[in-house]
Amino acid sequence: MVPISYYVILSGVLFGLGVIGFVFKRNIITIFMSIELMLNAVNLAFVAFSREFNQLDGLVFVFFVIVVAAAEAAVGLAIAMVIARNRKSLNVEDVDLLKF
Amino acid sequence: MFPPVQDLYRIAPEIVLCLFGMLVMLIDPFVPAGRQRSMGWLAFAGTLGAFASLRWMFVNPGSAYSGLLRADTFSLFVHGIVIAVAALAILGSFDYLDHEGIQRGEYYALILFATAGMGILAGANELVTAFVGLEISSISTYILAGFRRNALKSNEASLKYFLLGSFATAFFLYGTALTYGATRSTRFEVIDQAIAANGSGALLIIGLGLIFVGLGFKVVAAPFQIYTPDVYEGAPTPVTAVLACGPKAAAFAVMVRVFYGAFGHASHIWFWAIWVSAVLTMCIGNFAAIVQSNVKRLLAYSSIAHAGYILVAFAAASEIGVAAVLFYLAAYAAMTLGAFLILAYVGGTEERRLDIADYAGLGTRQPWVAACFSLFLFSLLGLPATAGFLGKFYSFSAAIDQRLVWLVVIASINSVIGSYYYLKVVVAMYFWEPNKEWTPSPMHAPMFIALLLTALGTIYLGILPDRVMQWAITSAQSLH
Repeated sequence: MVPISYYVILSGVLFGLGVIGFVFKRNIITIFMSIELMLNAVNLAFVAFSREFNQLDGLVFVFFVIVVAAAEAAVGLAIAMVIARNRKSLNVEDVDLLKF
Repeated sequence: MFPPVQDLYRIAPEIVLCLFGMLVMLIDPFVPAGRQRSMGWLAFAGTLGAFASLRWMFVNPGSAYSGLLRADTFSLFVHGIVIAVAALAILGSFDYLDHEGIQRGEYYALILFATAGMGILAGANELVTAFVGLEISSISTYILAGFRRNALKSNEASLKYFLLGSFATAFFLYGTALTYGATRSTRFEVIDQAIAANGSGALLIIGLGLIFVGLGFKVVAAPFQIYTPDVYEGAPTPVTAVLACGPKAAAFAVMVRVFYGAFGHASHIWFWAIWVSAVLTMCIGNFAAIVQSNVKRLLAYSSIAHAGYILVAFAAASEIGVAAVLFYLAAYAAMTLGAFLILAYVGGTEERRLDIADYAGLGTRQPWVAACFSLFLFSLLGLPATAGFLGKFYSFSAAIDQRLVWLVVIASINSVIGSYYYLKVVVAMYFWEPNKEWTPSPMHAPMFIALLLTALGTIYLGILPDRVMQWAITSAQSLH
């Protein structure tokens, strides 16, 4: 049996990759996919802990995360659509009317 | 197997808000063009219904759905704030949506759904429930921030809010997962017992840190405040009014429950994080506000600074501290909502008049509007006999009680710096020569009522705070 620490480290690596992608990528869709990667890292951690503890709780949480991620995707892609239509670009560096 | 009927009473406000939200969405397509305003009144009725249904929550205290939610005085207090914010923001939105040409039913429905999410946050007694509430309110507000679909600034606000908001939620969620791994539960009381029994390991500390990042974004605590000025400036002004008051109150509520309730025994770990964050939040907010010439952006920075003052009370980590947080949230909601509604009114079509120079001469042209705005600004500044003064007073004295002298010294210096930019706007209104001719837009009854109520609230909390403060103390005691 694979020890729990392997799963947790893998999920940590996935989460870290998501953070790196969020910070360094410039395309809105890619940034959005990085966030999805982070959420999937969370799911992996929940499932691993759930099996370790022999509890169902963690598995139930995963469904909540999936549902919320789907809702977020619907809204996020709609926002990306509006940006693409009004600006003819999906690069976040072009979205710079408000000074950061 | 059904949950007992009392559980339904304990989430009555959320049920009422969601029902009215769905009703608005269902009826909206059948409303003839040009009569969309009636949907706003329906939504307003929904907020009044939610207010009335707080009564059911009040007479059925206790935990609901096998401990996922708690209906206590604390939850009731925060519910009161977020529902009032929604009701007044709806009243303040009618004219704005008309002159922007975006008078649609969804707008009101989304405000109701967002408020329902904030209500769940206020009562959440478990991390995943808190996550669901957080997302219901966030996803609705992402759409609201971009509601002026053809305005590039509004698109941009929506995008930034969405990307950074989801990023923060992912942090909160990963923190939840690690906490679950460390304590085998996501319930606040079980986490508390586990920490009391086993101490805090590495997994738990990382989890706590990630949860702090996630909630820090939502309460606008530095260094996670970067998105705030852009989002508040770009979003439609009545939406900014909601964003600045509602989600912040709800997120502070859940932060109180998580940090005092679940991680109370790890307070030596989070205390310094809160302390540093409070100092950074106050300083960044106030210093950046000084150089702003756009009033909407100025108020956005001022709302960051106020999050810092609330964190001062939060750092006190005592019952009085929690009561001070609650009182400050109520006072802050009244004065900030009022100030942003004035901006929505004076800004006019396409938000053209938002510069400080545009406020020149407002004192002679529209003395009542100027007086009202001055009241809100003086309250934000913290002048005695206003809500803002007592909010700061309770907050700072709670911190002094816990011997956080340096924190209070820094906070006091910050409120002095803050007075500069608030007074700059007041001076512009009364002493500057108007730079261009413009005819003031007429003020209609809904906006008038919203402004009247926020102004009365600001004065009431400033002169007769006892009743509300007493209630806040009861709320703080109800946490245990």
